[in-house]
Amino acid sequence: MNASIAGALLLVARKLLTAIIQLFVVATLIFSVMYIMPGDPVLLLLGADSNPSPEAIVSMRSQLGLDQPVLSQYFVWLWNALHLDFGKSLTNGYPVANYVMQNLPRTLELAFAAIIIAALIGVPLGIAAALKRGSTRDTVLTSIATIGISVPVYIMGTLLVLFFSLKLGWLPASGYTDISRNVFEHFRKLALPALALGLGLAASIARMTRSSVLEILGRDFVRALRAKGMPERRIIWQHVLRNAAIPIVTIIGLQLGNLMGGTVLVEAMFNWPGLSTLLVGAVSARNYPLVQGAMLAIAAAFILINLVVELLYSLLDPRIRRKRS
Amino acid sequence: MIPEAILRATRNQPSFLASIVLLAAVLFIGVFGNWLAPQDPFLLNPQTVNQGSSAAHWLGTDEFGRDLLSRLLIGVQPTLLVAIGATAIAGVFGTMIGIAGAYGRPLLAFLIMRSVDIMLSFPPILLALLAVGFWESGIFSLAVVIGVLYIPHFARVAHAATLQVSRMEFMEAEHAMGASARRVVFTAILPNILSPLVVQATLTVAAAILLESGLSFLGLGIVPPEPSWGQMIGTARGYLGQNPMYVIWPSLLLALTVLAINVVGDRLRDILDPRLREE
Amino acid sequence: MLEVRNLSIAFKASVGLKSAVRNIDFIIRPGEILGLVGESGSGKTITSLGVMGLLPPNAVVTGGEVLVDGVDILKLPPADLRKLRGRHIAMIFQDPMASLDPIFTCGDQIVEAILLHEPIGRANARRKARELLEKVLISDPDRAMRSYPHELSGGQCQRIMIAMAVACRPRIIIADEPTTALDVTVQKQVLELLRELNGEVGAAILLITHDLGVIYEVADRVVVMYAGDKMEEATTADLFAAPRSDYSRALIDSMPSLGRNAERLPVIERDPSGKVSSVRPEPRPRPASAAPVLSEGDRPLLEIRDLCKSYWIKPSPLAVPVEMRAVDRVSLTVAPRTTLGLVGESGCGKSTLSRAVIRLYKPDSGQILFKGKDIAALSDKEMRPFRREIAMVFQNPYGSLNPRQTVAQLVEAPMVVFADGDAAKRQRRVRSLLEAVGLPATAAQKYPHEFSGGQRQRIAIARALALNPSLVICDEAVSALDVSVQAQVLNLLKDLQAEFDLTYLFISHDLSVVEHVSDTVAVMQKGRIVEYGPVAEIFGNPREPYTRMLLDAVPTVGSMRGGKAAP
Repeated sequence: MNASIAGALLLVARKLLTAIIQLFVVATLIFSVMYIMPGDPVLLLLGADSNPSPEAIVSMRSQLGLDQPVLSQYFVWLWNALHLDFGKSLTNGYPVANYVMQNLPRTLELAFAAIIIAALIGVPLGIAAALKRGSTRDTVLTSIATIGISVPVYIMGTLLVLFFSLKLGWLPASGYTDISRNVFEHFRKLALPALALGLGLAASIARMTRSSVLEILGRDFVRALRAKGMPERRIIWQHVLRNAAIPIVTIIGLQLGNLMGGTVLVEAMFNWPGLSTLLVGAVSARNYPLVQGAMLAIAAAFILINLVVELLYSLLDPRIRRKRS
Repeated sequence: MIPEAILRATRNQPSFLASIVLLAAVLFIGVFGNWLAPQDPFLLNPQTVNQGSSAAHWLGTDEFGRDLLSRLLIGVQPTLLVAIGATAIAGVFGTMIGIAGAYGRPLLAFLIMRSVDIMLSFPPILLALLAVGFWESGIFSLAVVIGVLYIPHFARVAHAATLQVSRMEFMEAEHAMGASARRVVFTAILPNILSPLVVQATLTVAAAILLESGLSFLGLGIVPPEPSWGQMIGTARGYLGQNPMYVIWPSLLLALTVLAINVVGDRLRDILDPRLREE
Repeated sequence: MLEVRNLSIAFKASVGLKSAVRNIDFIIRPGEILGLVGESGSGKTITSLGVMGLLPPNAVVTGGEVLVDGVDILKLPPADLRKLRGRHIAMIFQDPMASLDPIFTCGDQIVEAILLHEPIGRANARRKARELLEKVLISDPDRAMRSYPHELSGGQCQRIMIAMAVACRPRIIIADEPTTALDVTVQKQVLELLRELNGEVGAAILLITHDLGVIYEVADRVVVMYAGDKMEEATTADLFAAPRSDYSRALIDSMPSLGRNAERLPVIERDPSGKVSSVRPEPRPRPASAAPVLSEGDRPLLEIRDLCKSYWIKPSPLAVPVEMRAVDRVSLTVAPRTTLGLVGESGCGKSTLSRAVIRLYKPDSGQILFKGKDIAALSDKEMRPFRREIAMVFQNPYGSLNPRQTVAQLVEAPMVVFADGDAAKRQRRVRSLLEAVGLPATAAQKYPHEFSGGQRQRIAIARALALNPSLVICDEAVSALDVSVQAQVLNLLKDLQAEFDLTYLFISHDLSVVEHVSDTVAVMQKGRIVEYGPVAEIFGNPREPYTRMLLDAVPTVGSMRGGKAAP
């Protein structure tokens, strides 16, 4: 028993270490990308058209720390990033961290809302299709799911707006209201973007749930349970679905991770001020510290979610939790 | 055996046949769209702004009074070029990397697959956005950017398939007879991992179309006045009230095309997957 | 009592039905073990699934009755049939590990099986589960209760399955190849357990197997099936003493059996009218064109000295990796044109040893002297000339041939690798090799999937011979084949040995096969050679207890040895 607890702790530690290394590598890449990308931030900042004086450029460089050797810039940046200090926005001198902290929860909220919608729709439909493989019900559900994954999220969003806002007038077409100002309005504005994201995801979760359940249904132990005389309903609920839960939870978790940044189109079309909106704005304004901060936040959220998913996966599955001794 | 199975599928499954016909049509339009367009797709006409269907303009007009049908027809080509170019890039490099990651020396393989993992920790749309945000946008650069972004996905598939093939006894047989690495890769590995790669290629074409149209939708992809479906949808969103059919036509075509690719991909997966075939 | 009457089962094909089993009937009485024996494709497993009402969706019963105590269960509504299963009829499957749910502990699964038919409360069920585990002689029942299936060995999992099967004292137990996935020594224990429990519980057992030896050991009566038809039904003693059908006789004849060393194995042949007969083919004469047999004195072709190969494994997630010696100071010699049989149970290191000899692995230490030259530490490049001389035939005839190459490409592959001759010369060579292994010349343009398992193994042998090697390593080369096909391949290997002056390193877990083909035998256990000597000595007068245990565990047919009297 002790060995298995120790084993679980070791597993957690190893996954944690992998995540930290991954985050470090990603941070390094994000830092270096800014030096590979074309365009000099100083010139952009001072306005290349206004033909700034060499002195102004030099002073701006030292002000930004750009006159230091690249390596020392890197370490300073990394050290600061460790303390959640991503520098200041080039446009208004506002700390990047504040922007990130302000927009990150909004993206997370949108992503979670979407994934909950997707899971609530997708998992039951996937199971329903798998349990009646080859039936009309299966064909219909599978076809709907295939259509669902083929409709791009922005078309889904546009259709929703056409129907719920323009035709029925039930929901606002876009915008964001802070929850502290008006709770009801906040969720009304969350509804369409979350649905637009969630419906497409529901289709892909349904497809993957179906194939996971089918895979388990084909295993030898299901036949053995039938031979034991267990009622079919109990075989499904107690054994098949519990086994299928392991891959399904993983799939949902990975989808959630992909939504960090994967929300960009929806955020843009519904004016949802999340992380990707911040990033898109920063990219077009060549606001390097903001780009770095937003990217790092997205990557960190992704890696963290994946870490949680992997840990959940290993805890659910005794074959990983308890390696054969 | 596989071509026969595909033929059989076209006979038994109408959705598969319909999808193939649709994709053939899209391909045809992609090549000959410029000649098929009934009117000049770039001709501005202030008199016919945002009209619905009419005898003159079968599918109506856009916000500059241009013929929608003509723009839809010529809008296929850039999308297809980007999608096919991107898939070719992702396929060639992803396969090479994936095989190296499975069959290469342990340290190299480890480094390769870790890098693939790290690249996968960003959603492609976000990286694409960054890339086209910093660089100029165009068919060529879009194809390259999207292609590079899907290399890790391809590499994953090639890697997993190669690992599976590596466990087969015929790989040991090749090594036992002293086959060179080149021979092993080209006669033992590649022909045997082709099936999952073909499926992945169809998925990548669909994903690339979605990615390109998404970028164009945001105004970061195909640059106006050159049309593309995603870009038309993005523009049409501004005129939902005046001319709802403006957004419907390109959306319908785009969704149908992607649907057809997905249906073909699903069928191919069923046909090519040996586990399913033995049943 | 179980009575099967005129049972016919068919598979749904793209057009109509394809018959799988025709008009099978048999009766099993309480306390009796009925063996159902047949080669692959004989329909024995589908028969058992039909009896349980567990046919896969693509199979249907087209006629007949399955009577349990006079009630036709094929006509029962699903709910009633379900109540019968587990309580009245229990089943034991071939792959015990896969037949247990991986995410529940074994204890929970036994408790669940008990509560399914006997609502005696969880605590009582737990107590009963533990008693059952003791009854099936599992080591450390408490640990087994807590363990997940993947934490136990195949033999232990099969004991758990048996415990579950007997939990509700069923009247009928159907055991489908219950020991095929297990080692001989474990197989013996499991079979003894089955027979003992049968005496105690008084159930009727339907034992399905391809292994005549298993039937001989435990069955009271036998039904022989071939290609979906029942060939014969007889008591076990009668079947082996005087088989009535031609097929049964041929099947029994073609089985190499301990202590019945014959130079040639009879093979099963079917004439165009479908009549089955047993033929003992004459050895092929050594072609006049072959070089005269060189006398090389006593110099061995292959000599292995103190060979070691280790793996590092972690006994538990926290532990420091420990060395697992897969091959531990092994020394062997093989004389030219002889066969060394290397025998041992799974995991004993025999495969690692064979792969070290052909240098798929680099040994840690020791020498491999091939024609007097040490190849143990050669680089890939230096090893290359030796790869002409050493060839290998693998176990799995489905996995060892690249499915994307034609037979011609497969057979000429070694010549292509060594750039031997031009295309025309290679084609001639492929033709003569195919002829030598008994395949038609038309086979050259076909792909492996168009051939049966035995034919594929012939292709693999042709490929191994392409460069005229002197040493051929056969790694479980006949283990995946049916008995009758195995006999053909073994005969072929003997013919080729004489014809091409081959030396074999023949690896197998099957002692009867090893006895049949070998001149010298090495018994391997846990990486070491425990006994080594001429075949007659090892099998006739084993000195090591392990060898004796192995020999004792082999189910034997009509053997005079090991204290078993002939029927």
